Amino acid sequence: MPELPTPKLPGSGLLKGLGVTMRTALETMFPDGLKNPVPQPTKGAATVQYPHEKETPANRSRGVIALHDENCTACMLCVRECPDWCIYIEAHKTLAPPRRAGGKPRAVNALDRFDIDYSLCMYCGICVEVCPFEALFWSPEYEYSELKIADLLHDKTRLVQWFDTVPEFEPYESGAEIKVKKVPPPPKKADQ
Amino acid sequence: MTPLLALDPAYWQVTTLKGILALVVVPTTAAIIAFVFLFKFVSFMHNRLGPMEAGPHGSLQLLAEAGRFLQKEDLAPEQADKRIFRWAPIVVMVATFLIYVVIPAGPNAVIEDLPGGIYYVLAIASLSVLGILMAGWASANKYALLGALRAAGQLIAYELPMVLAVLGVVIQAGTINMQGIVAAQMGDGAEIFGLPIIGNPYILTQFVGMLIFITAIQAELSQTPFDMPVAESEIVGGYMVEYTGTRFLLFFLAEFSSAFAFAAIAATLFLGGWALPHAWGIPYGAMHVLGPFVLLAKTMAFALIIFWVRFTFPRLREDQLQKFAWKVLIPVALANIMLTAVLKVVF
Repeated sequence: MPELPTPKLPGSGLLKGLGVTMRTALETMFPDGLKNPVPQPTKGAATVQYPHEKETPANRSRGVIALHDENCTACMLCVRECPDWCIYIEAHKTLAPPRRAGGKPRAVNALDRFDIDYSLCMYCGICVEVCPFEALFWSPEYEYSELKIADLLHDKTRLVQWFDTVPEFEPYESGAEIKVKKVPPPPKKADQ
Repeated sequence: MTPLLALDPAYWQVTTLKGILALVVVPTTAAIIAFVFLFKFVSFMHNRLGPMEAGPHGSLQLLAEAGRFLQKEDLAPEQADKRIFRWAPIVVMVATFLIYVVIPAGPNAVIEDLPGGIYYVLAIASLSVLGILMAGWASANKYALLGALRAAGQLIAYELPMVLAVLGVVIQAGTINMQGIVAAQMGDGAEIFGLPIIGNPYILTQFVGMLIFITAIQAELSQTPFDMPVAESEIVGGYMVEYTGTRFLLFFLAEFSSAFAFAAIAATLFLGGWALPHAWGIPYGAMHVLGPFVLLAKTMAFALIIFWVRFTFPRLREDQLQKFAWKVLIPVALANIMLTAVLKVVF
């Protein structure tokens, strides 16, 4: 015979709920319990009081998109894939010196303009995913609010500066989906 | 009543003083309730801090909020019945002020010691629903009208158990005067089981009545789980949906000062109000000073229950609300009255 559930007093669930909220309130106010009867909510609460204290964002968090301009070929893939159309690229053809001695000069695209408008960006990361030349990276930096909305348009210089904040590539956890085409970012400029 | 000081001020002087006092006390109590419970206590229940920036531990946050509301534009919808729309929050606010009239905070510290004090409170408590109906109808908004109708239905349904719960206290005290009810609990000769040490607070003898009363005031104040009139997730704020700026602030102020007023009435009815037990031997004169603080402490205890329940439980459904009032609270309250009356006759 199946075991019958113990009959509950009507309203016991309500009292239990009241108990849970009051216990949380007391634990927040008195984190040391009965040892210290002075209310210390700043110690008991989980709140991080942002401008005064900061949390370190996770290594791969999507803070801002950084540009490694040497890798960019102005192929415009990121511009076309961007759902918000917030990337602006202008470039001109130029000749680069040949790779081997006696070779022909190579025709390359030199970047004139690479802007990302963060007032439009929705942080989907499609541009980072789609870039075939490893020129775009996520950086965990997040403090770049502005008083004027126009200042949220980050130009090439600013985007290249963000590249210094891109963390070193961390190997994927075992069992994670490996993106074959993704390679670790090149060494930082300071190392070159 | 013995005069507090050897002064005999003229009628207009007394009236002016009382008016200024009310204008100071009512917003202050609303601010205390809003800060202690709405800002801090609920934050601690969520394991967070609440406002921390304006003043130490956010204690000046309400000033910032009030300043923000006062700056806002006073808007009325185009289709609204503008005159009624503008008057509605004032009616609600005045109804709240009127409740404060009879709450005694000391032997003499009462704005007007009406002979029928508690009866007056119950009559005035249903006045605010007029303001809410005015707001809902004049807003020319379906959500506002739905909210106002819900408020009317709810306040009428819960007025009844509230009156019936109060009747138990009135039968036991033998008076409907607020000071008389205080004296019956804490005055000379008040005792329970022959022990005069804690007087005879009616929370012990009228415990069922107290449960019914605090449930009913929870609904009267439209606090969760009985907040269908405002129900922001169903009817986006109900009768308040079209209000901005100062007029919204008046509704906000009325909500929290009437929460304080009803908690104070509960404290007067069930905990003995401003009085401390007579057996403690505190001189009567000292209660002129101590009384308001004693009342504040007891009121905060009841306000704690109101907001503790408010921030713990989810909203009921409209039909569950009505069913609960008519099928549970009213029969229990009637049984409580009968039992009280029988015991009153027997003892």
